[in-house]
Amino acid sequence: MTVSKLKESHKLLAEYKYVPAKVDKGYTNKSLYVNLSGNKIKAKEVTAMMKEKFIGGRGFGLWYLWNAVTPQTKWNDPENEIIISPGPVAGITQYPGAGKSLVVTLSPNTQTVVDSNVGGYFGPLLKFSGWDALEVQGKAENDVVIFIDGSEGVVRVEEAPEEAVDSHLLAEQLTELYADCEEDKRNISVVSAGTAADNTMLGMLNFSFYDPRRKTVRLKQAGRGGIGTVLRDKKIKGIVVKFKGLKGNLNNPADFAKIVNTGVKLHKEINRLDDYQNRMRHNGTTFLAGIMNDYDLLPTCNFKFGSHPEGEKIAAPNWVKMFDAGKADGCWYGCTLACSKVVCGFELKTGPYKGQKVVVDGPEYETIAGVGSNCGIFDRDYILECNFYCDTYGIDTISFGTTTAFIMECYENGIINKEITGGLELNFGSKEAAMELLHQMARGEGFGKIAGLGIKRLKEIFVREYGADAGFLNDIGMEAKGLEYAEYVSKESLVQQAGFGLANKGPQHDEAWLIFMDMVNNQLPTFEDKAEALHYFPMFRTWLGLVGLCKLPWNDIVPESNKDTEEPAKIIEHVQNYVDLFNAVTGQNIDIDGMIRQSEGVYQFQRVFNLRMGFGTREYDKVPYRSMGPVTVEEYQSRQERYDGQLKELLGIDPEGKSTEEKIKLLRKYREEQYEKITDAVYERRGWTKNGVPKLETLQKFGMDFPELVELVKQHQ
Amino acid sequence: MIKVNGREFPWEEGLTVKKLLQKKNYTFPSIVVKINDRTIAEDEYADALIEDGDDVKVIHLITGG
Ligand code: SF4
Repeated sequence: MTVSKLKESHKLLAEYKYVPAKVDKGYTNKSLYVNLSGNKIKAKEVTAMMKEKFIGGRGFGLWYLWNAVTPQTKWNDPENEIIISPGPVAGITQYPGAGKSLVVTLSPNTQTVVDSNVGGYFGPLLKFSGWDALEVQGKAENDVVIFIDGSEGVVRVEEAPEEAVDSHLLAEQLTELYADCEEDKRNISVVSAGTAADNTMLGMLNFSFYDPRRKTVRLKQAGRGGIGTVLRDKKIKGIVVKFKGLKGNLNNPADFAKIVNTGVKLHKEINRLDDYQNRMRHNGTTFLAGIMNDYDLLPTCNFKFGSHPEGEKIAAPNWVKMFDAGKADGCWYGCTLACSKVVCGFELKTGPYKGQKVVVDGPEYETIAGVGSNCGIFDRDYILECNFYCDTYGIDTISFGTTTAFIMECYENGIINKEITGGLELNFGSKEAAMELLHQMARGEGFGKIAGLGIKRLKEIFVREYGADAGFLNDIGMEAKGLEYAEYVSKESLVQQAGFGLANKGPQHDEAWLIFMDMVNNQLPTFEDKAEALHYFPMFRTWLGLVGLCKLPWNDIVPESNKDTEEPAKIIEHVQNYVDLFNAVTGQNIDIDGMIRQSEGVYQFQRVFNLRMGFGTREYDKVPYRSMGPVTVEEYQSRQERYDGQLKELLGIDPEGKSTEEKIKLLRKYREEQYEKITDAVYERRGWTKNGVPKLETLQKFGMDFPELVELVKQHQ
Repeated sequence: MIKVNGREFPWEEGLTVKKLLQKKNYTFPSIVVKINDRTIAEDEYADALIEDGDDVKVIHLITGG
């Protein structure tokens, strides 16, 4: 169908005209509220309290969502919201990695609040269109597009019956439809999901940007927590923002020169050092695949192992050969680290778009490890095809990969069989079956429909319907709080086990990734050290999501002088850059402690939010034993020397003459005790009770003693 | 025996930093190596000898996936 026909099929449901607020020191001081149930559109004030306590980005999302829902609200109730907010620093073009948006909603996976960060142009263009945040509530009756035109000052809700649902088509169609000409396409960004988001709980959001060099729409993902499922449940096909007239100073910052100088310093650093460090400009994040394999950290066969003889096949050099190189690959203007790699002209071998040549965004490390090694698959073409289909179907590659790996282990253990899977032979390494499972998810058919429920629900079904051993499934089902694990083996790093287990939204590594500091460098010997790291790093990393910054330019490029600093792991020069940027944009005068304090307030708030929704206590911080140690004889024996050594050195037990089962039991007891100890230490450091609830004085300390929060935590002191 | 990042590791005659990194399969590009607190420059790895009983630190500058 032609674009003009698509346009004709649109029916206007609501229109709101406005005068776009000018950005002042990073804020427009307005947010946009859209309710699809009654087609209401209005502006809201962003208050001084919100800016002081919640800063922006994830903080604004949490605050709006708290006020929108009750403890009884479910993810698919109309009251649930999707909030997108870029944060005050987002949109500057002088410092790499400053175009991030944070998305917040009640998750179908965890049943509580979830946040996900994403690149693409949407967040900055939303801000320059006059809005610090977009809050979407309610449900439409039929598929709609929300269109925000920041140049014309108009917001529309339009019924959009004819466009595709799959993102690679939809984002192109909507970009074409709302752009005035080819040149105008770069002024447009689309948020969308896909057909698998209609039929699974694992839906994600794509945020687009137009790549004028390749003349194609590119997609970045807000992957975690099923937000795409919420989008489609609201019958939103796409959210489109359009803003013309992008310039480098639109944030109207307090000290523009400071931003420029801070940016120049990092651009030079990247130029000088990236080729000798992670080579992000060439490899993207694929460089991690080989490294993880070398250090026994690459999840293989449902996290059983950390490396594989075929691991080399999915290491960076092989991907680099496939990338369309030589063109800038930043997901927002000014990112010279440029890690958003792309494969062009990739011919699909399966599914509804079989035979077509497409553009694949990625693959990123998490996708390679998730849909690849963790499923025992080391075939690059499969990984690319799976990457493409996950993106266009709107399904999170991490949750798809980890769920499929779990299903494969269940299949190999006879918990499920061909009859149950409708003929799919889902052994590790079965790429054809895994691909068909993905297509079934998109079609909402067969075993794919069940698999799309995610690991937590699958465990319940396998126990209830097929008599599986619940204990075994809980050990090998790599989810916590209902969210599937991100792709790192944490068995040999207690700090990372807790980094995953104690993360507010579930086991995603964006809060804490401390495996090397702990396991390899051995820099965190005491529980106090471990707890301190599990305080500082999650708080620091949370802050990036409050202001709209990307994490990668913090630590995927390291200045020469860093090795001589007191705590090299913190990369303090880059942290200071962030403080400088924040101050230069907002005109405030915080220091690094102030930065951590800002973050800690929001972090505590999110923890209490979990409590409010019926979670947020110690029992929900438990993790599957597979994340802590070897569950099966096969796993133990594969690293017998290591585990036997630990029994001797750490427990003073002679492994000689003991069966593997006995040794697994002894090691397990020790490791589970360690996990409890680190939980205690982190709770103490974060100012929580033994049950993991923020103490009253903690809320007071961070100015989060709102009456509703105080009332809630009082019941749990 | 030597110590590598605080943990015991067998020593052998002629062990250099380069050989140690190979043995440990330490392939990550951004590292800082110290022998008894003395920083070893990257161009010295092939020649820098490690003595029995040395305290070696190989600090990987990676704090984020
Ligand atoms: S480092 Fe990569 S993900 Fe981060 S802003 Fe730059 S291109 Fe985007």
